[in-house]
Amino acid sequence: MTEKRHEALGLSDEKVLEMYETMLLARRIDERMWLLNRAGKIPFVISCQGQEAAQVGAAFALDREKDYVCPYYRDMGVVLAFGMTPKELMLSGFAKAEDPNSGGRQMPGHFGQKKNRIVTGSSPVTTQVPHAVGIALAGKMEKKDFITYVSFGEGSSNQGDFHEGANFAGVHKLPVIFMCENNKYAISVPVEKQLACEKVSDRAIGYGMPGFTVNGNDPLEVYKVVKEAADRARRGEGPTLIETVSYRLTPHSSDDDDRSYRAPDEVAEAKTQDPIITFGAYLKENGVMNDALEKEINDRVMKLVNEATDYAENAPYSAPEDALKYVYAQR
Amino acid sequence: MAVISYIDAVTMAIREEMERDPKVFVLGEDVGKKGGVFKATQGLYEQFGEERVIDTPLAESAIAGVGIGAAMYGMRPIAEMQFADFIMPAVNQIISEAAKIRYRSNNDWSCPIVIRAPYGGGVHGALYHSQSVEAVFANQPGLKIVIPSTPYDVKGLLKAAIRDPDPVLFFEHKRAYRLIKGEVPTEDYTLPIGKADVKREGEDVTVITYGLCVHFALQAAEKLAGDGISVHILDLRTVYPLDQEAIIEAASKTGKVLLVTEDTKEGSIMSEVSAIIAEHCLFELDAPIKRLAGPDVPAMPYSPTMEKFFMINPDKVEKAIRELAEF
Repeated sequence: MTEKRHEALGLSDEKVLEMYETMLLARRIDERMWLLNRAGKIPFVISCQGQEAAQVGAAFALDREKDYVCPYYRDMGVVLAFGMTPKELMLSGFAKAEDPNSGGRQMPGHFGQKKNRIVTGSSPVTTQVPHAVGIALAGKMEKKDFITYVSFGEGSSNQGDFHEGANFAGVHKLPVIFMCENNKYAISVPVEKQLACEKVSDRAIGYGMPGFTVNGNDPLEVYKVVKEAADRARRGEGPTLIETVSYRLTPHSSDDDDRSYRAPDEVAEAKTQDPIITFGAYLKENGVMNDALEKEINDRVMKLVNEATDYAENAPYSAPEDALKYVYAQR
Repeated sequence: MAVISYIDAVTMAIREEMERDPKVFVLGEDVGKKGGVFKATQGLYEQFGEERVIDTPLAESAIAGVGIGAAMYGMRPIAEMQFADFIMPAVNQIISEAAKIRYRSNNDWSCPIVIRAPYGGGVHGALYHSQSVEAVFANQPGLKIVIPSTPYDVKGLLKAAIRDPDPVLFFEHKRAYRLIKGEVPTEDYTLPIGKADVKREGEDVTVITYGLCVHFALQAAEKLAGDGISVHILDLRTVYPLDQEAIIEAASKTGKVLLVTEDTKEGSIMSEVSAIIAEHCLFELDAPIKRLAGPDVPAMPYSPTMEKFFMINPDKVEKAIRELAEF
């Protein structure tokens, strides 16, 4: 009997079930946010749908007790794996005072939570790349053995901050994992109009680091390549550029209509590779999950989503004049 | 107390802070082995090593952005922009990131970085080695902008900037580096960011300015004293956020106000100072507020005739004070 793929990676059945549940939780929170948006209850949603496998596969390959993550706006799977709760994500969706990301100041998807080493982010894309490099530099100076993970889209890989940050990390051999979540669209512009090279990972050679492109719909493949990169980084062998290829299953955001730039057939085809479905099938084929367990997981996830929604919807907003707080450190 | 130059006060402040706190480090272009193109970091590489005095790739957004990341972690980076003119590629990092990190995270994260840059003209630096860029950043709450005029202020304010829990832009006048000398205590001290300083007491005309222009005003005042014109000089020291109280007090004291900046006039720091005075001092004023600034052209030309035409000098300040005194 051949060894199961997850076992070959040193992952127990419990661990892969936890990965599946985290992916599913991200998906169900995201779906709920769309419903709330269409019901007029929250102003904006930006999705992780289709990228949960890449996000959760990567996060589980990191040390979630000490590594730092500089996630981009779709990384709900990463922040859930790093300890942000569904309730906290919903508080952000509803822009309530208790939102740990920003106290309701930023749009959803602008993650940040210091206690879980989730570094605060903004909307101008790719600015987080040099930050990840700076945190890794600080860790090296302080002789700590954490590494930093930073993610961005394939469109963002054209930004100067990607080039400047990756080069800096390459020169100083810093423990950074640069992960490009290639979902094939930068809003409406397809990847062939974004990249002159075939793969984002082709760019790695310019920064003196290894580059890999993997199937972003397969959490185990992503786990493997990120784990190897993390091990190299912790051994002092420097950064890695990883490209996970998947597909954005939703429009860019709740304010976008993707029917104007991509064919329904293309989206339907991509949905056959939906990582929630394919990873669920893998777990069943390998006897890790049966129908009863699947239902149990789904019920648990929906309970969390429902509780989070109710809590966040009923939570108070900030006082209006709280807009004046925290421009500078309080004296 | 030793008499040292403006640039030596920069180096002294950085060295003392690096000795005091292992989290303080320097990064920038040519700051290491060479000790900086102006020698502001001379000797630090030898004393602290290449890990704390980091020669970076030539990429300003990374210098700022990597520094910001390290600051968010809890380090105290001092990032150098080789010339203020070259800060532009880092503007997104400074304005979208550093300025907003505390606010956008609801006080969860902070960004205690200092970004130093030599600014200013009168050194045959032409368009791209002469600019005053403070106005670009002076409507960005979350940032502080310090522009010292004397070696004493340089040391005290740079130390305060390094210890400040929020991002500080620290602009040093490159012509002042070796031209301006002054007494600087060898012991540790800081000066408060956000507080202006009276550099000369006077009764007839108030000059409000900052940076190298403080010295032009002091020279003009000395000359005018011989003609019986008494000049009061307020050095802003921090140009953002402004010390409103000190500005109102200085303007009200004489009722005649000259605002001097080396920057181009429209939308300059002095436009805001002027607005503060207009809002608060209407009944104290005995003459219209007067601004002396660079002309509204893109930047300072290279040729000596045009450069001199652009630059502020003691004669221009003296003439402007005289006009106000005679109003």
